[in-house]
This record gives sequence, C-alpha cells and structure tokens, in this order.
Amino acid sequence: MSVTVRIPTPLRKLTGGSDEITVDGTTVGDVIESLESAHPGLKERICDDAGEIRRFVNVYVNDEDVRFLEGRATALKDGDELSIVPAIAGGC
Amino acid sequence: MTESIVRALKCRECGQEYPIEPTHVCEFCFGPLEVVYDYEKLEGVFTRELIESRPQTMWRYKELLPIDGEPTVGAQNGYTPLVRAKRLEKVLGVKELYIKNDSVCYPTLSFKDRVVSVALSKAVEFGFTTVACASTGNLAGSVAANAAAAGLESYVFIPHDLEQGKVLGAGIFGTNIIGIKGAYDDVNRLCSEVAGKYGWAFVNVNVRPFYAEGSKSLAYEVMEQLGWKAPKHVVVPMASGSLCTKVDKAIKEFIKLGLIEDNSTAVYGAQATGCSPIAKSVKDGTDMIHPVRADTIAKSLAIGNPADGYYANRVIKESGGWAEDISDEEVVAAMKLLAETEGIFAETAGGVTLGCAMKMIESGKLPRDESIVLCITGNGLKTQEAIVDAISKPRIINASLKEFDVLAEADGVADA
Repeated sequence: MSVTVRIPTPLRKLTGGSDEITVDGTTVGDVIESLESAHPGLKERICDDAGEIRRFVNVYVNDEDVRFLEGRATALKDGDELSIVPAIAGGC
Repeated sequence: MTESIVRALKCRECGQEYPIEPTHVCEFCFGPLEVVYDYEKLEGVFTRELIESRPQTMWRYKELLPIDGEPTVGAQNGYTPLVRAKRLEKVLGVKELYIKNDSVCYPTLSFKDRVVSVALSKAVEFGFTTVACASTGNLAGSVAANAAAAGLESYVFIPHDLEQGKVLGAGIFGTNIIGIKGAYDDVNRLCSEVAGKYGWAFVNVNVRPFYAEGSKSLAYEVMEQLGWKAPKHVVVPMASGSLCTKVDKAIKEFIKLGLIEDNSTAVYGAQATGCSPIAKSVKDGTDMIHPVRADTIAKSLAIGNPADGYYANRVIKESGGWAEDISDEEVVAAMKLLAETEGIFAETAGGVTLGCAMKMIESGKLPRDESIVLCITGNGLKTQEAIVDAISKPRIINASLKEFDVLAEADGVADA
C-alpha cells in the first residue's frame, strides 16, 4: 500500500529537503512508523511520548482531518495522500 | 529610543529558543513559537508618564511589541474607545460594565488592524515584499488595507461564502483575493502549505508569533483607560483562542512592569454554539479540544480546529474565568441590544461576546457587583446579512405632512 505524504517546511530538514515522500502503510499509524524508518526523528515530531498525534499537529488523509476519521487507526488505500500541517491561527 | 527587549522565539511546549526569524513552529516538537522578552531591561524606563506622553495609538506601548524601532506599517492604528456602558448595566443588572470598542479600530474597523500592523512592520523588517493571510474576513480586509498603504503586494485567502461586506472590504484595496471552496479550516490548511512554497510573509503562518502579539495592545489600552487598573473580569470572543491568551499575557506584563496592581483578573471566553470547541472543553472540565465542523452566523469565529484552544482553555481555568456559548438567535438579539442601549453596531462576534456575558451573569459565573470589560472586536456593517431580517424596515410614505401626521398619530406622538 503506497501513499504520498506531504512534508511541511519545518520538517524538511529531516527529509533532506524533500516536500513529498512516498511510503508504505495500511493505516495512518503504519505510515508514521514507515516515515520514522526512512527519516529517523520524524515520529517524535508528529507524535507525543504515548504515540498519539500531538495536539498541535493536524494530519489529513485526502483533505480530511484524521480526527474526523479514526485517528491513527484510519485505514489507507493505494494512492492516498497524507498532509501533515502544524496548527495555525486566524480569527480572534 | 529604548533598546529592543525582544529576546527570542520560544517553543510553548518544550521551551527551545530560536532567533528572531519568520518561523512559527518548533523544529524539535512542532509546538507553536511565542515571542519572549527581557522585561528587566524596561525597569524604571517604561513608565506611565512615558506612555501617556505619546500619541494615542497602539504604538505607545511599542516596547512590548516585537518590532525593531518604529513601526513602518499601521503607525496610526489602535487606541479605540473604552465606553462605560451605563444603559446596558441597567438592562443586565450589573454595577460596572465597559465596552472596549474595536468596532471603530483604524483603518478597517476590527481589532485585526492591531495584529496586522505588527505583522506587516515585521514583514518589512524581514525584507518581504508580498504579504498574505488565511482569513475569516476581518483579517483579509486589514491585510489588504495596511498592505496597500505600505506599498506591499498582498494575497488574501478566504472561505468562498463570506459576507459581502467582508469580501468588498478586502477587494477595494486592490488585493489578490482568493475564495476557497470550503470552510476556514480548509483555507487554513491550504495556506500553511502555500506558505511553505512561496516566499511570502503569511501573517498567520510564518510571522504568526509576531502578529499575535499585536492583540496585547487592546488589553494595554483597557488598563490605561481604566486609570491604570486591570478589570476584575474580561470577556473575549474566541475563534482560535489567541486573543484570550494575549489579553492575559498583557495584564501579566503590566503587573510585572509595575504599571498596575494585580487585580486577579479573570478571563472569560465566548463562542457561538455552532462552533464552540473551546467553550465545550472548559465546560466539560477537560483540556482536550475536539475539532468541530463550524456552522454559525458568527463567521469571524468559525474556526473548528482552534490553534490556541488548549492555551485559551488553560488561561480561562487558571485565571478563574469561564467559557460559554450561545445560539445564532441569541447572537442577533445581543447585537440588537448592544446597538439599542449603547449605540454600538458590533459584528456577529460582538453579539457572541455580549450574549455569552449575559448568560454567565444569569448563571452567576460573572458577578454583578465587580468591573466587567466586554471586548467588541469587529463592526456590524460588515456582517449585515446576519441581521437584515431582524431589524425594522423603513416605513415608506410620500413627502406629505398629512401622511406623516397619520403615521405620528398611530405612534402616539403628540405635536408641539
């Protein structure tokens, strides 16, 4: 199961500057593990000590926030796109 | 000119410090960065007298805003009226109520002119020539106007279904206005990706730590206008939750600098029920913020995934405040009440603030006998759609005294 992950600017130092990485995984959690194998250090940026996605990190599967899906357990299919986006502001 | 007291950008999660650069998240833990200062450098220098001697703009507190030297953008912005709301006090049954009226903030009639003047001044310092933002409307107008006046190119990204007043209120300034099919949270996500790709200063992405500091000026003004005193209670509208945290930071800074006494100010947050993830977390007694899909007429507050929600929640709890949410009908009723009692036409977010304050006064969360400040952050002329069906239409007559006499008699008005 091959998916594309879009890497935000603050994490590109860990990916040698790449803004997109293709990795394998059947769930969001799997993909995070694959990212960690390919680019050590990525997982601790995205997840807290308990392995949960950090509260100020948003992970999207094909434009849908995984918090509205099944979080780390969200199932993936071939060709899915993941985006990792740090939380930002607006409004008041 | 006093030396800049800005020390660094510091991660709010792990404490790692970074030099002053256009960046907004920690490279180590992805936490948000915040500007930190060496306050001791201001001891004995930054006095009430110095501040009072300066022009009435937000920049009279420039030492506590993260720019080098003088502002290059928005030098006239801020310093809005603090109104003692005597008539509203009677209706609400409270003793001391004030409205901080940023619905008349210069130049685009919302408190966003504060954050934008800091963000764009900083962007100019960094050498950017194009500025951009993700916006629920007020920010778009403010970025467009302040960029125009400063000769900067601008791109503003908004949800496609915003109020006409906000779309026009940005477009008039000749900005590049992009409507995104989706909600604000979709706009936000796109912008954080755009910001990574184009070399622009995105006010609420890569220059966000500086931008957000501008909100503090609203609270500095309140304290000065109250006669160098913090209120006992302050109610702020919440979208991302940022304003809530910056009001708290501003009060703590003034205490630290000896400009005011600690008045144990409690901070209260207001949201519309159709988008109330922060208020819900406070009421549920948790610090977990669950994102929601926003559905409310208070579009300037319609952020379902609030970036500062966790920190706003903490400020509210630690200060002894509370959070509340109200229905869209209550928002409209509160907008009308504020207009009819105090002559202030606030946008929907202002209705949210007043309506939630009323609910918290009723429930006893806000005491009736202590000072309360309501922060009104935007102007009702920009959100006319929300109230167009709720206000009375003009009664049309011919230019005839007889016809008016009939109308006056029906109203029970006696002639002289």
